[in-house]
Amino acid sequence: MIAFEAVSKTYAASSKEGCAHAALREVSLSVKAGEVFGVIGASGAGKSTLIRLINGLETPTDGKVIVDGDDVAALGVEGLRALRRRVGMIFQHFNLLSGKTVTQNVAFPLKLAGRPAAEVKARTAELLERVSLTAHADKYPAQLSGGQKQRVGIARALATNPKVLLCDEATSALDPETTEQILDLISGLNRELGLTIVLITHEMDVVRRVCDRVAVLDAGRLVEEGPVEDVFLHPKSATARRFVREADGEPAADAALSGRVVRLTFRGEATYKPVLGEVARTTGVDYSILGGRIHRLRETPYGQLTLALTGGDVAAAIAQFQASGVRVDELSGETAR
Amino acid sequence: MSVSNIDWSEIGQATIDTLSMLGGSLVLTIALGLPLGVILFLTGKGQMLENKVANGLLSLLVNVLRSVPFVILLIVMIPLTVALVGTSLGVAGAIPPLVVGAAPFFARLVETALREVDKGVIEASFAMGAKRRQVVLGALLPEALPGLVAAATVTAVALVSYTAMAGVVGAGGLGDLAIRFGYQRFQTDVMIVTVVLMLVLVQVLQMIGDAVVRRVSHK
Repeated sequence: MIAFEAVSKTYAASSKEGCAHAALREVSLSVKAGEVFGVIGASGAGKSTLIRLINGLETPTDGKVIVDGDDVAALGVEGLRALRRRVGMIFQHFNLLSGKTVTQNVAFPLKLAGRPAAEVKARTAELLERVSLTAHADKYPAQLSGGQKQRVGIARALATNPKVLLCDEATSALDPETTEQILDLISGLNRELGLTIVLITHEMDVVRRVCDRVAVLDAGRLVEEGPVEDVFLHPKSATARRFVREADGEPAADAALSGRVVRLTFRGEATYKPVLGEVARTTGVDYSILGGRIHRLRETPYGQLTLALTGGDVAAAIAQFQASGVRVDELSGETAR
Repeated sequence: MSVSNIDWSEIGQATIDTLSMLGGSLVLTIALGLPLGVILFLTGKGQMLENKVANGLLSLLVNVLRSVPFVILLIVMIPLTVALVGTSLGVAGAIPPLVVGAAPFFARLVETALREVDKGVIEASFAMGAKRRQVVLGALLPEALPGLVAAATVTAVALVSYTAMAGVVGAGGLGDLAIRFGYQRFQTDVMIVTVVLMLVLVQVLQMIGDAVVRRVSHK
């Protein structure tokens, strides 16, 4: 649905910064139709630039961005406008028109597209229904809460029946409870409308809750990409590890203990099985728990435990863990006391 | 001091003249200053029609006109005024210099009001597939409306004092009355009545302006 082919974006030297600034360096990635794709990175990592390349608000310095079969940079003015009607966008600060009511805000993209008044009216009512804002139809944005404003933003972005929804830090200005509601709404749109969603965020928690796949950006480079489960449970890059740590807290793996320190990863059904006690009984291995977490990745439960194994047949214990569908990563070998 | 100097019918006529000068020049000032302000804004740095040369030239024109004292502008404009409206006297003769004096001032205020508009809203409009014209007319100007009304109010109040000065070149109106009778003939009562009337006018303009701003502002 969306493909980046070695895309670079360099901003010309400004009087303030003095030298040219590379926001993105040779980024290649692809987003499949119908998936929720997350892009995570610290501020200044190039996320905003990346998402704006998709609907042509920014143009690449090098490389190509292909959206729904079109090379965005090669589209003319009209082609770009048509593309933007197929790609909705919501924003961190909502960017609603303060002088227009909720209804008028949602109707705005339809009016821009020159749709007949009757259709605008019917479609607007339907969209407000979908985001449960019918009761607030005649209010102005200043009279709404943050979550309600973002729901207006979502209704507005959906007005022209887009295939893709771009979310630019859409929950970063919201409190945790409202964030949850908005993320549920976004997941629902993905499931019910088959909408392809690209979201950028600096919060791993957002990625964990809604994304299928995630790309990690650091200083304009793509440092890691893959299914959320892999990146979240077994991050390879330092940047990804940092984000995971922020989301979960770091287990105290380096406590001065004897034995072999291993990290067990349980996924899905294995999470709830009493594997640990079983293995300890049959192999005579003792364990101390150094750290752990049990959570959900979208709908999948998972657990991660960091253990120090001592005594008994450690090798057999590890084999038995693996046989029960638990992934074992050795964090340290046989350490001296 | 006696009230015998006051010719109420003359004051009535002067009030009507002041109001017509104000009304006529305000409408034309907005008609000229609004597009000028919009172009100043749009050709500015980082805006959608960024153009250094056009912006520099327009900005220079505005600054030149704004730095000429209005009394001087009144006199310098006489030949142009005669060419435009056939006379340099009366209400008609006052309107061209008033507009030339106030439009650049209003244009600057418009530019400032437009800068106050949240850039995110403009970006969102483009992201929805708006054309530039649609962004300006559908998002930029409506979002700036409270600021634009406030700018028009300030300009209207400034125009009231400009109309008084226009009395110097025979424009008529309350200011003219204040100068000819109140000042030159020491008729203090005429001076007081005219000044009070202008004060009331300014007060009413400001109140109307504030009420409209409140009405159109939904922040």
